[in-house]
Amino acid sequence: MTQVTSAQEAMNDAAYLKALTDLLYQLADDDFLISFRGSEWLGLAPHIEEDVAFSSITQNTMGHALMYYRLLEDLSEGEADALAHEREPSNRRNAVYFEKKNGEGEYLTEPYYDWALAVVRNFLYESFKKVKLEALTKSSYTPLANVAGKVLMEQPYHLSHWKIWFNQLYNSTDEAKTKLQSRLEEAWQQFGDVLELGEYATELEHFDIISGEDDLKERFIQEVESTIAHIRDLSFGKAFGSGREGDHTPDLDQALNTLAEVYRSDEKAVW
Amino acid sequence: MTRQVKEEEIREVLKLVDDPELPSVSVSDLGMVHTVIVDGSSVSIVMVPTFAGCPALDFIKTDVHKAVLELDWVSECEVDFSFELKWSTDAITDEGKEQLKKHGIAPPPENYEPGQQWTVNCPYCDSDYTSMDNVFGPTACRSILYCSSCKNPFEAMKPVVEYAIK
Repeated sequence: MTQVTSAQEAMNDAAYLKALTDLLYQLADDDFLISFRGSEWLGLAPHIEEDVAFSSITQNTMGHALMYYRLLEDLSEGEADALAHEREPSNRRNAVYFEKKNGEGEYLTEPYYDWALAVVRNFLYESFKKVKLEALTKSSYTPLANVAGKVLMEQPYHLSHWKIWFNQLYNSTDEAKTKLQSRLEEAWQQFGDVLELGEYATELEHFDIISGEDDLKERFIQEVESTIAHIRDLSFGKAFGSGREGDHTPDLDQALNTLAEVYRSDEKAVW
Repeated sequence: MTRQVKEEEIREVLKLVDDPELPSVSVSDLGMVHTVIVDGSSVSIVMVPTFAGCPALDFIKTDVHKAVLELDWVSECEVDFSFELKWSTDAITDEGKEQLKKHGIAPPPENYEPGQQWTVNCPYCDSDYTSMDNVFGPTACRSILYCSSCKNPFEAMKPVVEYAIK
């Protein structure tokens, strides 16, 4: 496959465009949702330095989401703000595990959030993101390969942060270890669609936009096993369906409604 | 005025446009200015963003635009950020490094390996008896450290370099 160097060129090939657009939504929506769940920890992290660190990561990740929404903007999908705020839940392409609430309760009232979930989810997220970005640096769509290269310069900080948390908690008390383990087991039951590429998986691989699902999955397992000795269950369930194909939970509605509250209050406002 | 003189004049102006979050360190010394192209009275500037998630990018764009338009001969100015170009902390000039230090911000370390720990000398007393307090700081591009020699907390520009896939 020859390189596709511009949005214009991509738009000349309907099949290529369809697959590319779908993947960009997956990338943008994953970063967007994980950032939102991260932002809901603001002021609640275990200590002040973690609050600074987590919010910095979250802000930067939201910037990564914006880069993908801008690539979609270039492909005439609409404005980035509208893509982030106005799309129906059934059109969202993020994996279901990333929309999951942080725990019990609500941010503004009684947030009984679970730090073990935050550590496990973000550690797995950044591990997976690294693998995907590395694959994307070789994408046939040059603008996407460029963005991936840029994000990869920043992302090692995120991954190493969550690796430190995981390792330190895992090697601390039995209680911490048990909590992490139970969140890991839960993750494996819900992680299936994270590793999928959705409706156009075959085309995405065929057009060299990204490497195939099997390759990504294998690299992901390798990456995670550099921290966790071995993953017990490699079946990766899809307890809530596939977000890549539009299946979502009420947790996504809650996230989108909260995120879009200010936006909807005055859609013409300039920020 | 020849085109070259005009372009040089623009580059001089950009040395006076400060990063909104690092007062007195210019966008030019941070290595964010890539190309300056002058065509008659139109100016087109391509800039390199530091961190992708930096919320100051829009402010920088506005500030650059405004400063350039103040020149008499400029009728229009276009400022764009390009993600094709990868900013790395190596792009910060010596002048930029000096200015950063004056603000209690250590320049980024050299020889940094992505994902590895790093250390810098104190920007106040130059001691290497420093420790990392938080690799994440008040902005995406800065970290928080402490100097055990002069007992000052300080910040450092977080190193980012081209990523080599292993």
